[in-house]
Amino acid sequence: MHISSKWLGVVAISALVACGSKQPPEQPAPQAAAPAQPTQPAAQAPAPGDDSEARQRAQREADDKARRDREAADARARALAALRDQLAAVINFEFDKADVLSGDEANLSRKAAILSANTVVRLRISGHADERGSDEYNLALGNRRAAAAKRYLVNKGVEAGRLEVISYGEERPVDPGHDESAWVRNRRDEFEILGGDNLVAPR
Amino acid sequence: MIRPASRLLARVLGWLMLGAPLLHGLSGPLVAQDTTHVIDQGVRVGITYAPGVRPTLVVLPARALDSLRSILARDLDYSDRFEIVNLPNEDSATARLPSGAFNTPGPRLPPPNYALFRTLGADYGVEVVAGDGGTVVRLHDLAAGVVRKEQKVNLPEVSAAGYRMTVHRLADEIIRWVTGTPGIAATQLLFLANKRVYRLDSDGYGQGPVTGEGEEALSPAWSPDGSRIAYTQFAAGHGAIVILTPTTGARVVAPSTAQNLNITPVFSPDGRTLAFAHLDEDGADIFAADVVDMCCVRRLTVGRYADNLSPTYSPDGGRIAFVSTRAGLPQIYVMAADGTDQELLAPFDYGVTGSSNAPEWSPDGASVVFHREVARTPQIFVLNIASRRVRQLTSAGRNEDATWGPDGRHLAFVSDRSGRRQLWVIDTETGRIRQLTTSGSVRLPAWSRRLTGGQGSSHQ
Repeated sequence: MHISSKWLGVVAISALVACGSKQPPEQPAPQAAAPAQPTQPAAQAPAPGDDSEARQRAQREADDKARRDREAADARARALAALRDQLAAVINFEFDKADVLSGDEANLSRKAAILSANTVVRLRISGHADERGSDEYNLALGNRRAAAAKRYLVNKGVEAGRLEVISYGEERPVDPGHDESAWVRNRRDEFEILGGDNLVAPR
Repeated sequence: MIRPASRLLARVLGWLMLGAPLLHGLSGPLVAQDTTHVIDQGVRVGITYAPGVRPTLVVLPARALDSLRSILARDLDYSDRFEIVNLPNEDSATARLPSGAFNTPGPRLPPPNYALFRTLGADYGVEVVAGDGGTVVRLHDLAAGVVRKEQKVNLPEVSAAGYRMTVHRLADEIIRWVTGTPGIAATQLLFLANKRVYRLDSDGYGQGPVTGEGEEALSPAWSPDGSRIAYTQFAAGHGAIVILTPTTGARVVAPSTAQNLNITPVFSPDGRTLAFAHLDEDGADIFAADVVDMCCVRRLTVGRYADNLSPTYSPDGGRIAFVSTRAGLPQIYVMAADGTDQELLAPFDYGVTGSSNAPEWSPDGASVVFHREVARTPQIFVLNIASRRVRQLTSAGRNEDATWGPDGRHLAFVSDRSGRRQLWVIDTETGRIRQLTTSGSVRLPAWSRRLTGGQGSSHQ
């Protein structure tokens, strides 16, 4: 026991020395320095019980802070991702129609609120069609679908110049299938976020 | 523009959709009538083509010219203007027919055995002979026992670029000797496969890419002289119309098409003007631009809440047929080339007739082909401009995006009747149909006019 703890102390000190010699002295790593302070009195004074408790408490507090920081960063990232997801969430359409469905109005209203709170952000709205119908007509149909979403957002107060529209017709399906379930998914508007890496939540 | 809805509706209700599906026995008089002046001007020999009565033709065996003979024979067959006599077991025909049935190479040629070929029921014999300083092509009138026409041609090496196109031009000339109207062999088709524009000879050979790999293209169109190709080029957030000159590789963006989405380009018959649809949040509308001076963009339609797209010029350049959704579903309309006098072109039953799209005016001006959904499946229809009657040409599978051959009687179109979307060619007079492509999935074909050379070929 004795020997081993002594040996450990020597190892710990030599490790610290080695560490210190390697690191540039003018900028010691702040995290490494904090636990290093208690080890020095520990080598001189007895009362190892009190001291290790303090050391552990300090360690716990540091860990807690790091965890809280991490969690806060995660929460911010999640919130940002959620805002981006809400901005980018697709809306769908009925066959050969370009009317915004009532089920998508909340989706678009949320986009309008986020856009109002983040005035540097712009959206590129791309309209898409399923594979039925003529190839070139489907470009016009996709264009109407993108324009319908833009009109909705402009009516909710978004500056028209912040919304681009483009159509890809049936050229870029998300589902390569040839049945109703694929067609439903492919009749859509996509929203690409342009500019503004950070988003704040609307109040 | 205010839409005269009541007038339109009245007109629409006045029509019944005509044309029971007719595939065979289409005695298209419109085409035959329109070729008359060409026949009068041309070197006319033998009998004139009449629907249902086609001259019978045999391509005589040709020593050491198998490639030439087979390309010629196929071109003459694909013209659908002849009954082609296939010699029994063609490869060994030389050995099996009696001696004297055909010629041997040489400056002094004995005539073919006319009596023998008459027994095959042939009216005409096409003979090719390799001679000094060129290849001699003869058209024999077998019934009269005389040579009707003879021409010496200089063919490139079989392996040379342009060999096949030279033979195709020869085939078209032979067809002109017999019928007064040249054939359509010396032509190419553009089409889209995997977002890339390809070109293909009319006999299905010589396929090659036109646009680059990774480039996303759509809606290819020929200039009338075949020297330029226009197409939509997708990029992030916009689609420009690019005009490509294949011989030089030069590419220019058509005026005012660098912004938003621009689709369905078409050249005017004089090649000066490009009409196209411009799409933005106000919808799709047709514009025209001068593509010689690259200027002078003007708007031809004002859609407001309707889309206008897919323009196609009449061959005199005076009118434009196009697709509009002004009555709900897309249907075929027509206007003057300056955008005035817009009216319905292809009659339809409101609420009954399916969507109609992709019109193309025939080179003779007599008709407009388009596709119309029947039970939600597109089928090829031809509208007679004079009578305003439509007839349905296809019924098997999906059939769409038809494009006229330069003779105004053949159409290439996309069909999935073989399983995948492929190009097919139909002769609108006989109903004969053949498959042009066999692999991949192809769409949006555009058939060139007759290519006179100098436009480059797919073999370069």
